[in-house]
Amino acid sequence: MPILDQQGRAIISFDGVSKIFPSRKDSAEVKAVDNIDLVVPEGAIVGVIGKSGAGKSTLIRLINGLELPTSGKVTVDGLDIGSLDERALRQARRSIGMIFQHFNLLSSRTAFDNIALPLEIAGTPRKDIKGIVEPLLDMVGLADKRDRYPAELSGGQKQRIGIARALATKPKVLLSDEATSALDPETTAQIIALLRQINAELNLTILFITHEMSVVKKLAQRVAVMEGGQIIEQGTTYEIFSKPTHATTKRFVGEVTGGNVPEWLQRKLLADYAPGRQAVIRIAFTGADADEPVLSRLTRTYGVDFNIMHGQIEYVADHPFGTLIASVAAEPELQARLIADLTATCNTVEHLGYVA
Amino acid sequence: MSPELINMILWSTLDTLTMVALAGIFGTLAGLPLGIFLATSRAGELFPAPNVNRIVGLVVNATRSTPFIILVVAIVPLTRLIAGTSIGTSAAVVPLTIAATPFIARVIEGAIREVDQGLVEAARAFGASPLQIVWKVLLPEAMPAVTLALTLATVSLIGYSAMVGAVGGGGLGDLGIRYGYQRFMPEVMATVVAVLICLVQGVQSLGDFISRRLDKRTRHS
Repeated sequence: MPILDQQGRAIISFDGVSKIFPSRKDSAEVKAVDNIDLVVPEGAIVGVIGKSGAGKSTLIRLINGLELPTSGKVTVDGLDIGSLDERALRQARRSIGMIFQHFNLLSSRTAFDNIALPLEIAGTPRKDIKGIVEPLLDMVGLADKRDRYPAELSGGQKQRIGIARALATKPKVLLSDEATSALDPETTAQIIALLRQINAELNLTILFITHEMSVVKKLAQRVAVMEGGQIIEQGTTYEIFSKPTHATTKRFVGEVTGGNVPEWLQRKLLADYAPGRQAVIRIAFTGADADEPVLSRLTRTYGVDFNIMHGQIEYVADHPFGTLIASVAAEPELQARLIADLTATCNTVEHLGYVA
Repeated sequence: MSPELINMILWSTLDTLTMVALAGIFGTLAGLPLGIFLATSRAGELFPAPNVNRIVGLVVNATRSTPFIILVVAIVPLTRLIAGTSIGTSAAVVPLTIAATPFIARVIEGAIREVDQGLVEAARAFGASPLQIVWKVLLPEAMPAVTLALTLATVSLIGYSAMVGAVGGGGLGDLGIRYGYQRFMPEVMATVVAVLICLVQGVQSLGDFISRRLDKRTRHS
């Protein structure tokens, strides 16, 4: 996967953007987006990950002016979104496609007519609409569903129609608002493949928000992690996976690489050493270090046995990322030497506790 | 029953149908825009005008809470101004329309509010203007519910139209009161009731049928 650097032309940029929702009768003031700087290079696929309430929905809606910034500047393809009047803003939105978690297709329109809707809105002559919609139906592989209503389509098919609809006005940017969150894993994989294909074929910039790190792993070239309205960490997908610094980022990365301690093990973990108890160690293999036979080497050098309790290997940007949680019967003094040795071979090692 | 009576029943049925149809059409012409306005003009909606919304809402509620028979009497001067007379079938259309309009406005408001807000957001994201959202999204999506709402309004109008008979409005209600009640002819009363039941049934079935045909939300509709 090509890793884009910051050199590409910025198609979306946030300069010190904040969005504050004023307090209402029953709720206090909410700082949904708090002084954010973000640059999306043209042609990139950028993921914004965060838990619900982190401000990512507001962030994506600031790009097409569904929300306007309280302060700061959002620029899309050279246009300052906050400075546009209603008419100019509507015009700008036609070059920013958007897809949604719940698809938001009109139940009263067929697949064809749903894709035609943005064209009708833009005032495209009726005779030209067919020539635009039919190739899009082909592109998303649903030419045979042309005259079906949304209720007759599966979730994945609905999202394909949603994608075709978003592309109808030939936008420069595609915004994806949790587009795969309502889909099963297999359908999610198909939609991700379609989005990557569109990105490659049309050089369309994609900015997506999600709460699932597995989607970031498969789709994003760059990632921004959001919490409490702020971007707490950003970088290439490889950087974020290999060197997460913030606790939240580590937890998200752990979801995919298996670094999070499984619940059954958490219940068994004891804090203190006692004779007969085994030390539990978590070893994270990142990128290039992942193919070293660490455990068998330690077994030979120190004559100890490792009992593997949990493990997982994932590939991110073509690099293996793995986690092993193993227990070892060793005196505290030997434990310290084992951990020092493991750490020296440039793996991330953590002593989690003991099991009886 | 004498042929003369049967003839009267037929003419009265026609009168009732005329009153209901005219009041239904005028009520929809006035109630539809009013309903759209009520559904889209609160703060933060497509055409925000919260104060006007509140006032219109109050007027609508006031009209709806006035008993129909009192409304008929209260607006006699207006009826005379519009229809030239205050008795008879054409005069009855005026109070019927005025009673139907706020009712239709409220049920259409309800139908439009049922439309998924996500669709409105999607249309905004594609650059639709507020008017385009009403015409291309809200109304088509609300159509099955609007049809049911108009059916309900028509059924209510049939009931109201029987009441204007009491103030000389003509139609089946008038016939029922004058012959069935005042001259004590139970067979006329029974026939009037039977015809009204058939009318209501017919209107309801037709409305259900059209609404089902318009509703694409379930498979195999």
